Amino acid sequence: MRPKLSGDLLFKILTTVLAASAAVILIVIAYTLFTGSLPVLKWSGLYFFTGTKWNAVRMLYGALPYMLGTLVTSAIALIIAVPISLGIAIFLADMAPSALRVPISYLVELLAAVPSVIFGLWGLFVMRFWVVKYIETPLSTYLGWFPAFSGTPFGLDVLNAGIILAIMIIPIVSSISREIIQAVPNSVKEGAYSIGATRWEVIRNWELNYGRSGIFGAVILGLGRAVGETMAVTMLIGNAVGPAAIPISLLKPGQTMASLIANDFAEATRGSIEYSAYIGVGLFLLLVTLSINVIAHFIVARSLKIKGGAVE
Amino acid sequence: MTSYTYRKFKNKLFFWLSLGCVIIAVLPLLSILFEVVIKGAPQLSIQFITKPVGIMGQSAGGIGPAIQGTLILIGLTSLIGIPIGVISGIYLAEYGDNKYADSIRIINGVLTGVPSIVIGVTVFLAAVIFLRHFSPLAGGLALSIIAIPIIARTTEESLKLVPNSIREASLALGVHKWRTIISVDLPAAKSALITGILLAVARIAGETAPLIMTILGSQTFFEGFNQPMDALPLRIWRDAQLPYANFQAQAWGAALVLILIVLSLNIGVRIANRGRLVK
Repeated sequence: MRPKLSGDLLFKILTTVLAASAAVILIVIAYTLFTGSLPVLKWSGLYFFTGTKWNAVRMLYGALPYMLGTLVTSAIALIIAVPISLGIAIFLADMAPSALRVPISYLVELLAAVPSVIFGLWGLFVMRFWVVKYIETPLSTYLGWFPAFSGTPFGLDVLNAGIILAIMIIPIVSSISREIIQAVPNSVKEGAYSIGATRWEVIRNWELNYGRSGIFGAVILGLGRAVGETMAVTMLIGNAVGPAAIPISLLKPGQTMASLIANDFAEATRGSIEYSAYIGVGLFLLLVTLSINVIAHFIVARSLKIKGGAVE
Repeated sequence: MTSYTYRKFKNKLFFWLSLGCVIIAVLPLLSILFEVVIKGAPQLSIQFITKPVGIMGQSAGGIGPAIQGTLILIGLTSLIGIPIGVISGIYLAEYGDNKYADSIRIINGVLTGVPSIVIGVTVFLAAVIFLRHFSPLAGGLALSIIAIPIIARTTEESLKLVPNSIREASLALGVHKWRTIISVDLPAAKSALITGILLAVARIAGETAPLIMTILGSQTFFEGFNQPMDALPLRIWRDAQLPYANFQAQAWGAALVLILIVLSLNIGVRIANRGRLVK
């Protein structure tokens, strides 16, 4: 029989090629951002990573304040969100009465479905005033001598951006941590219960210990989310530019890499060095989130695989 | 050894602490829903959802263009993103037992983690400059890039739920593999597949950041594929920055419409699935 191009082969080729679309997209993103940011990297050199001034007239483009802004807001988000997410994961995996598990995990999932811009709107007109009244005013009254809490609380600042980020990453950190905790083999838990451990002791000494690396992966994934989150932060951080954006005080306006692009990129003159500088910030943001996600992927995949295998 | 009473007390304490964590996380959700409904509901009227945006400083008008724009974007994303996502998901599920597929899975995961603003900048550089205009097409392309890895993953997962015996029955009758996939596997996976696609649509309907630099925003209805366009999330963002109370009120009204779209997709899918499981 003469070999012919069968429907099966055609279909396989079609799906194989289209399956690569994600890879193609990723390469296009990296390539476009790289070529787009070459002018600023040539113009500013190392100053782009170490400089603090952002001045279109004097043609100085230093992105350090925004890198620090992203670092500090994400750190605040993790400090607040990780303990809360672990609490939720523990409650849903082990503590909750079974009737409550489904509705509560559903509510936490709904939190993830709320669009970022609505978090921003709520943060801007509702949460901001609570934070100023109950957190920032006491902080500045009693700890105002400390540089991190200097300034008059107004609500458009680094701390508020960090808090809204914390709320936004709770769903992902808690749901992955919960999966990790639930993947701890029953034999391990039963062994612990059989020697008389209380429920909390089983969680603390066995489950959290066993799932340690997976939970770390969940935290890293949350970090990746916080670093790239744009709209809610843009609406709450106050959008400082230049040296003023260095996040020394949590109660003063700042700027993250993502919020800088969201605010100003569309208005920069095309082809200018300033324009290229925003693209450079985008490239750096891409590299940071890529590395975070790749690391998290391998940690989470490994711990779920090993533990999943042990369950069966 | 610490006493049994103390250990029991500690157990109880951590029960309440973890319950407290749940309450802390659920409170913002309830507050968001409460505020959006309280502040948004008084805005809703036929004029509000059909009229174009008003003049700054005077009447705020309506959000007709924004609703229309969001629907157009959902349509464009469905045309570009859903076919590509579903087909790559088919590959992963039906042929995906090799190294190539494993790396595609990892890349899909990584692409899901790329910040949407970075995708916006890329599409701006690649498409908007090429088209020489802000364009609804560029917006649809950016949202498709966000949707593709999500849809690929849910397609793979829903196809893997189809029992192998069904596949083998079809192949044993002499049906080609590609016919089997299209006429047997996909229909069997239909409801899980639709669920995944609807959730992806809900996700992209609320995306804002990539729209800033692709469709820009507009105060009028759709004017063609080479003109700026409005969208609900973009309208909320622009309105919230304005110092006029009536535009801020409009932002809350738009937020209510957006959250109704997003949550009804999420909750609808959940209820439909529960019905299926009970049967």
